[in-house]
Amino acid sequence: MKIIIKGGHVLDPANDIDGIFDILIEDGLISRIDSSIDESDAEIIQACDMLVIPGLVDIHTHMRDPGQEYKEDLISGTRAAVAGGVTSLACMPNTSPVNDNQAVTRFIIEKAKSQGVANVFPVGAISHGMDGEILSEMGDLKSAGCVAFSDDGKPVKSSELMRRALEYADTFDMPIISHAEDLSLVGEGCMNDGVVATELGLKGIPWVAEDAATAREIMLAEFTGARLHIAHVSTRGSVELVRQAKARGARVTCEVSPHHFTLSEEAVRGYNTNAKMNPPLRTQEDIEAIKEGLKDGTIDAIATDHAPHHIDEKNVEFPIALNGMIGLETLLPLTLQLVRDKDISLKQAVAMMTCQPAAIIGIDRGTLGIGRPADITIVDPERDWTVFAEDLFSKSKNTPFIGCRLKGVAARTLVAGKTVFERK
Amino acid sequence: MTFNPKHILGIKNLSAEELTFILDTAASFKEINSRDIKKVPILRGKTIINLFFEASTRTRTSFEIAGKRLSADTINITASASSVVKGETLEDTARNIEAMHPDIIVMRHSASGACEYLAQRLKCSIVNAGDGAHEHPSQALLDAFTIREHKGRIEGLTVTIAGDVTHSRVVRSNIYCLTKLGAKVRLVGPKTMMPPGIERLGCEVYTDLEKAISGVDCVMMLRIQRERQGKTLLPSLREYARFYGLNDRNIQLTKDDAIILHPGPMNRGVEISSVVADGKRSVILDQVENGVAVRMALLYLVAGGEKLKDS
Amino acid sequence: MATETIEILDFEGVNRALTRIAHEILEKNKGVDDLVLVGIRTGGSFLAAELKRKIAEIEQADVPLGNIDISMYRDDLGSRNNLSVGQTDILFSLTDKKIVLVDDVLFTGRTIRAAMDAIMDLGRPQNIQLAILIDRGHRELPIRPDYIGRNLPTARSERIEVVFDEQHSPRAVSLIRR
Repeated sequence: MKIIIKGGHVLDPANDIDGIFDILIEDGLISRIDSSIDESDAEIIQACDMLVIPGLVDIHTHMRDPGQEYKEDLISGTRAAVAGGVTSLACMPNTSPVNDNQAVTRFIIEKAKSQGVANVFPVGAISHGMDGEILSEMGDLKSAGCVAFSDDGKPVKSSELMRRALEYADTFDMPIISHAEDLSLVGEGCMNDGVVATELGLKGIPWVAEDAATAREIMLAEFTGARLHIAHVSTRGSVELVRQAKARGARVTCEVSPHHFTLSEEAVRGYNTNAKMNPPLRTQEDIEAIKEGLKDGTIDAIATDHAPHHIDEKNVEFPIALNGMIGLETLLPLTLQLVRDKDISLKQAVAMMTCQPAAIIGIDRGTLGIGRPADITIVDPERDWTVFAEDLFSKSKNTPFIGCRLKGVAARTLVAGKTVFERK
Repeated sequence: MTFNPKHILGIKNLSAEELTFILDTAASFKEINSRDIKKVPILRGKTIINLFFEASTRTRTSFEIAGKRLSADTINITASASSVVKGETLEDTARNIEAMHPDIIVMRHSASGACEYLAQRLKCSIVNAGDGAHEHPSQALLDAFTIREHKGRIEGLTVTIAGDVTHSRVVRSNIYCLTKLGAKVRLVGPKTMMPPGIERLGCEVYTDLEKAISGVDCVMMLRIQRERQGKTLLPSLREYARFYGLNDRNIQLTKDDAIILHPGPMNRGVEISSVVADGKRSVILDQVENGVAVRMALLYLVAGGEKLKDS
Repeated sequence: MATETIEILDFEGVNRALTRIAHEILEKNKGVDDLVLVGIRTGGSFLAAELKRKIAEIEQADVPLGNIDISMYRDDLGSRNNLSVGQTDILFSLTDKKIVLVDDVLFTGRTIRAAMDAIMDLGRPQNIQLAILIDRGHRELPIRPDYIGRNLPTARSERIEVVFDEQHSPRAVSLIRR
């Protein structure tokens, strides 16, 4: 079974490929990348004027499966992923039951393999039941297929437990992904603490709730020498903390979600619950600092924190609406906007969605290496489209971008050489 | 001018002319409240539902009397006791009530933005009786009415508001109302109760009560609610009374003819001493009296005039 | 469409009409005992003030004057363009008084009905009499004036305008025809 992707702008930062090339896929693997490939019996995919990149790797998603399938499941979630150009994703353990044991890990992997359309890599819980008390069986979870550990959704309150988690995970050469927030400082806050919250009369989450917790995580990481990845950075303080930690040689990486470099707290005006998330949308100054961090390499990856919620959970008064937005299907246009605004180069953008996140969770994806599975995304970077709820593949439609005009989209997505998504 | 709003959700989006129109209208309604027959037929046959999700005797009674004096049928629903406990959403509760064709729903809710939320979803008129820490438009209007009544004007006056600004919807509405009508507003309270960026709404922020009330024309004391703040914002009422309470000693710092306001209910001896509360400069009971007139004006303006059919 | 304005009463004409009405009021009520004037805002109020002045000239007696705003008693709440309400100030008791209600133009009679409702809410008068400068016809309710300045049959589309100067004295009455 031969496929040739012809004439696209191939960009693979991992292998330093950047130019107009054809790609030959044989039996689901990348066989050759050359300036002009002709094979008589091959299916041709025209990619003229398109950007051809490794299938995107999103290391922060919530698939809600098992237990909350009314919001999303591995089938709809992976469909949403490939529609957004994502071919490999890591899913967080705050399911029901929590992914703190090999049975849930195997369930996720098996269901994704048999019914899903993208590669799914589970993240196991740090603590049993995500209770923050007892370590989970990290060795067992790793052998079942987990790629990292996190209690995402919650911080690990006990510094002692976080220290031991870092040490124990390091024993198995696994990274800890930290959702860093100090809950006592967060209180009942439901948006960024600042002028907008004051005006709307909503309780605010001060930046120090994230920065203080991030500082603790970084110090514990340096103390233990273990691998730490900070999830969904949202403040300029956190960016600077990571920058300094890296300068000291700490094994710290971090990610940012597209909404945190696109929207500010102003998006909450009118009590828009689709703009309610944790960590909250911050100020314009924070957005500028994040863009700086993306440019100078402080931030390693762009990850969506895809957090589906049912309409009944968002169509309520602001203080009781659930936190989060879906993000898989808007990842590409929002990231490409950074390139258009000249905040980062196209190569940086692609690296932060492919090989860099892949390296953090230790999977050999996000590259167009010869002999690797042909996970490829063909992007139409110039195509304008409007986000309509009925066109989204996710079961949930909680995004503040509904009705917005965006530019750039996945035209076709292949997983192991098979087309799993094609845009009409 | 004429002013015929579908909803009254807050002061923020009203112009100075509209605010003045409401106050002038309230002045006409005030006279009715001292007649023998305290009723005019203007809202006869209209149904007004007071939907209160938060306990409040004074505001609810004020709206109820206002509606009845305009000859409307007013009904009080204390939603906290019933459907909410059973898990019914706000939208469902409201839609069920709307199905009984009220002309106006007067709502108080603990969530900021709740009135705007319903106004987007229901067809009838919504009057905000207080939403979370966001706005309390009828309170600000009756405060402005009382100040105007005693001082003859609002423009050029300096008004100090003291208390827990972070949790106060009364403060926010008052800042908008008083500044639009030309007054200067000072806020004072401990830093734990002062939200970030509040000065951007158009006021000066103080932490020292004596400095804040020096030479001002009006002082408005807000109620301190220990339960609401939790335990980390304020060590004790004793401390608060000592540093932020208005008493007959520090009241001397204000202008000789300064007036004292309080939205009620008062904590005697905490934010305001009995001597001041009962003294001749206190206009607290006038506020309550004017509250009925202001609410009559609001209900009348919302109910009256040409409405777009099926909007 | 051109509008035509016809002067019905000039300054002298208005003045004579009001003088005659003042005499008629005094004649019918045999003086000023228990007599009060109540003007309907705003045109009726100005005329009532004028009648009070004339009565004072004729009888050397002071008749109490009050004003009512009938906005809160009207029956057309849902279709009104202008929701302005004026002040009602009647600083004396109306109970057992002979009230002369004063308005500038009598048309359908609904304004007078509303005024009577307002008066009844304020007290229990001995009687209510109605003084009108212009009766333009087209009654929709059984209301009849006791004192009339001028009867003027009009078409529904026409308008009567009573012009007042800065001191609120009546100057002229015009008919405006489209």
